[in-house]
Amino acid sequence: MHMHGAGHHHPSAGEGGDDVSSFRMILTMGTIGLLAGLLIVVTYRLTLPIIEQNKAEFLQRAIFDVLPNASQKQAFVVEKDGTLRPERGKEKRVFKIYAGYDDRGKLVGVAIEAKGQGFQDVIHIIYGYDPEREVIVGMKVLESKETPGLGSKIETDPEFIANFKALVVKLTPDLSDLVHPLEMVKKGQKTADWQIEAITGATISSRAITNILLKSSREILPIIQRNLDVLKQGASQ
Amino acid sequence: MKMEETTSMDILLKGIWKENPVFVQVLGMCPVLAVTNSVINSIVMGIATTFVLVMSSFFVSLFRKLIPRQVRIASYIMIIATFVTVAEYIIQAVSLEVHKSLGAFISLIVVNCIILGRAEAFASKHPVKEAVMDALGMGAGFTFAVLSLGVVRELLGNGTLAGIPIFGPGFEPWSIMILPGGAFFVLGAWLLFFNWLRERAKKQQERVVV
Repeated sequence: MHMHGAGHHHPSAGEGGDDVSSFRMILTMGTIGLLAGLLIVVTYRLTLPIIEQNKAEFLQRAIFDVLPNASQKQAFVVEKDGTLRPERGKEKRVFKIYAGYDDRGKLVGVAIEAKGQGFQDVIHIIYGYDPEREVIVGMKVLESKETPGLGSKIETDPEFIANFKALVVKLTPDLSDLVHPLEMVKKGQKTADWQIEAITGATISSRAITNILLKSSREILPIIQRNLDVLKQGASQ
Repeated sequence: MKMEETTSMDILLKGIWKENPVFVQVLGMCPVLAVTNSVINSIVMGIATTFVLVMSSFFVSLFRKLIPRQVRIASYIMIIATFVTVAEYIIQAVSLEVHKSLGAFISLIVVNCIILGRAEAFASKHPVKEAVMDALGMGAGFTFAVLSLGVVRELLGNGTLAGIPIFGPGFEPWSIMILPGGAFFVLGAWLLFFNWLRERAKKQQERVVV
């Protein structure tokens, strides 16, 4: 297979390189690949615990951010049949909500994670719900790729964030829907407690947040109201 | 000995000014335009790129006699990709928020042509010490360039520097500056400015000679 009988010298010699066997090329690539793999695995193993801790701390901080009066928390798993049970150990791939309690173990609110489509990509938020007063008491964006400086204001704009200090999400008596579905209004036109004032120049991102909250609250709030006793016991278990 | 010191210093400095990868060679435009919407992003991007540049130049130079010509580009890419992955994990461990705001652009350092360009044009032909000096210089030049863009864009587009408000509450942000379009305006303005400086320096030199 090797250029025998071609009558002249190997062409690669013309480029100034010597005649390199395929074996040596494969060996070189293989060795580099092996070393590269090793280095990546070592870095991964070393940084993984720190990265996971960062993520856990970030979520922890977010939970207490959206539940201003809570000082301790307990995770609950939402079962498919709509019941709640306290999380056992560290469970993965289940939908969790976080009940917050004050110093004396009284339930002060529930933090709920929710996701939905934003302007660029999926927006991932967490919000706090006070089941007693039936209001949303806080909202924080966990992850978003909205346009920096415009859509990203859903994370930083203090006026927008103020929308979620006491946003009314009252359920109908049969718990089937919200009495007043959340709606978005233009800046300065808020007239009712269930309206969210949009950010000027970031209407799509503001609407995305509104829709995520509306969809999530319709699904999760009835479950919370039905299982209030489980949640109230939470801390003592 | 004196001679050698000056040359390695020259290698370092040429990347920052005379052969600046962004303002003179106009390379690596993708991250320059995409992530310079804030000062923090620019700094992290600059440091991460410099890290990858230095590490890959070091190894390319170290192995330059062992890597056969025919597979050199593939080998360089593998070395570069490894250090990009390492940089990505480190950034994630240092700060999740910065990692989130840079998003895919950290992984895209792999295709930043400054890095492969330096590996092929310099590191593969020079000893380790010079290769590292060259990489440091180019990295510093790149960081200087992205920071030049980041400062202007964040200041005009958001009224802040590294997140700290500079103008009073009456400032109306010039939003186009943090959108992709603003990147082109600012890059164009800086290119104009640096070329003007260079021209002026050249003319002055000519006058001295005459």
